[in-house]
Amino acid sequence: MDLRFTAEQEQLVDAFGGLYAKHCSTEHVRAAEASGHDPELWDRLAELGVLPMAVAEVDGGWGASFLDLAVAAEQQGRVVAPVPVIETQVAARLLARMGDAAAEALAAALTGDRMITFAPRAARGSVAPLVPAGSVADEAVILAGDRLLLVPLDGTRTPVENLASMALADIAITASATILAEGPDAVAAHDEALDEWMALTGAALVGIAGRALEIGVEYVKERKAWGVPIGTFQAISHRLADSAAAIDGARLLAYEAAWAHDERGPRAAELAAMSFAFAYETARDITYRSLHFHGGYGFMMEYDIQLYYRRARGWANVFADPDRIYQRVADRRYGSPATDGGR
Amino acid sequence: MDFDLGEKSDAFREEVRAFLDEVMTLELEEKLYRTGVSHDDGFTKALADRGWLALGWPVEWGGQGRDPLEVMAYSEELQRVDAPTYGIGTTVMVARLIHKLGTEQQKEEILRPALAGEIIICLGFSEPESGSDVAAAQTKAVRDGDEWVINGQKMFTTNAHIGDYVFLLARTNPDVPKHKGLTTFLVPLQHPGVETQAVFTLSGERTNITYYTDVRIPDAWRIGDVDGGWRVMTVSLQDEHSSGFAARIASLLDHTESWAADARDDDGRPRMEDPAVRTRLGRAATELEVSRLLQRRSAWMADEGIVPEAEGPMAKLYSSEALERVAQDLTEMVGPDALRSYFDPTAPEGGRIEHSLRFSLGTTIYAGTSEVQRNIIAQRGLGLPR
Repeated sequence: MDLRFTAEQEQLVDAFGGLYAKHCSTEHVRAAEASGHDPELWDRLAELGVLPMAVAEVDGGWGASFLDLAVAAEQQGRVVAPVPVIETQVAARLLARMGDAAAEALAAALTGDRMITFAPRAARGSVAPLVPAGSVADEAVILAGDRLLLVPLDGTRTPVENLASMALADIAITASATILAEGPDAVAAHDEALDEWMALTGAALVGIAGRALEIGVEYVKERKAWGVPIGTFQAISHRLADSAAAIDGARLLAYEAAWAHDERGPRAAELAAMSFAFAYETARDITYRSLHFHGGYGFMMEYDIQLYYRRARGWANVFADPDRIYQRVADRRYGSPATDGGR
Repeated sequence: MDFDLGEKSDAFREEVRAFLDEVMTLELEEKLYRTGVSHDDGFTKALADRGWLALGWPVEWGGQGRDPLEVMAYSEELQRVDAPTYGIGTTVMVARLIHKLGTEQQKEEILRPALAGEIIICLGFSEPESGSDVAAAQTKAVRDGDEWVINGQKMFTTNAHIGDYVFLLARTNPDVPKHKGLTTFLVPLQHPGVETQAVFTLSGERTNITYYTDVRIPDAWRIGDVDGGWRVMTVSLQDEHSSGFAARIASLLDHTESWAADARDDDGRPRMEDPAVRTRLGRAATELEVSRLLQRRSAWMADEGIVPEAEGPMAKLYSSEALERVAQDLTEMVGPDALRSYFDPTAPEGGRIEHSLRFSLGTTIYAGTSEVQRNIIAQRGLGLPR
């Protein structure tokens, strides 16, 4: 057992953490709220190699480990960076697994010529609802029925204003889409990408939760009521302590899930779902608590905690609520039920 | 990063599991439950014969020098089958303390029989008027020449009715701040003036209240300095870092999964196919995973020589609260049949679901309540003011 980052992972933390510290302050996040996307930050991340790092060398990338991607995702969550790193990484990895059918799209994604995102939810009828980065990307990989499609977004999207100020859009599935795969293979490929999306989003939610706890702790140490810092009140400190334990657990789980993915462990998919659901609930609870402990200030747009509160909910619920994710955990542990009850 | 406990730990786990498969019979399980005593002489002797009572102790102390990850695997396996280890746990804890702080005479008298499983030492910290606030103990010890005269009461002196000694925290100086006037003693339980009265608990476990009336013991049974009891207590709690209840959750989940695979609803549909059942099992499995990770992290830190000051309390807090939540939720999920008691012949899974619910309630209370753990996390982990 070894719970330390490698020296390379420490460097990744420094590289991503440093870049975000410099170019993704909460002023930057606020400035990008209308579109949900910060193009300048996105360019800088592209220079850092966020897409090539996610893809194996044989496919034109530089093949970082999945754990490395999780490390970077946590840093993104800490600053609630409005950039589609996770979706585009997952899409690129999925395109790489599609072989020749997607080679041209993958190459364009890796050079940064085209931004290709990933829809975690399958299309409902002829619409893929609330696709992350759907309002800013060039194309999206979407599962429609048993067909995995590469859908051009120009002319098919309807941007959606939303709680989390994300770059979401409803996407109409039209004849302009390219079919990447069909049948059970297409469904399985999407499912595998979904596991990856959940694992990385879980790590990002841990980042949100970790930073939200810090913001709350800083505030309750400073703010006084009845002459003492409010952090001395157990009604406050005990809830923060509960969250501190849950956040450490969520972080261990996120890294265990990523490690299991790298190891191709038998529990990798189960752990990805566990990590996503637990990190969401943890981020949901601490962003609420931290906001509430700010008193009236927490309700003001000017304070940062509301940025975290909204994104904790948006980044996860854009796919599904935790009950459904726990059913997915059960599917992985026990196999899918005979009926469709667990899906 | 590597989340495997490692080959050494895995291999030892297999050895422990094989041993437990053999000795933890249904008869023994029922005996432990019916008597309410988490101690069995034969079981303890079998562990002692293998040198497992002092697993993590250095070899020169008579232990096996196993690393914290091996000890973790061992503890998980014993907890999973609800092995009778409570008497062993308190005995070895006090023996370790005597090894560190005791006199040569105390070591001579206590260590060998303690590690051979021949004696039981109980804990005498809590009192009718003090629990979490340990230092508020009122039991008095007054010096009389080369002897001490002890008067007072101790609560939850588990195993006192079968034990040999109680490790007692007493007030020796009432005129100084409460932490500075305490001294610890090893009091023989067979001594005149010691009385033991049974206390029955929700989990079926029998504990005791012990009364001390003019109990005279020689100064030779004092452990540590006069009025130095608080330091002794601090040392005694230092080694308790990776405690938690993940293995208990694991066992409860195993049984509930086994129930869900067999049980049918009124329409004859397997309960396992019900989305609500699957949600709850998936959630319980996740809470188990988090509990296990937090506990293993503490063990790993100890292995690395890092004191898990806030991390140990996080593991205890999270896993005990998770056990309570999971036991409550799975009880409701199983429904009316979950009411059938432990060892009632009609109960699903031998009634272990009912027993888990009862058992869970103590875990957030003893060995530092959840509130005490939260205080430690808030102060040492988050740096919040007192």
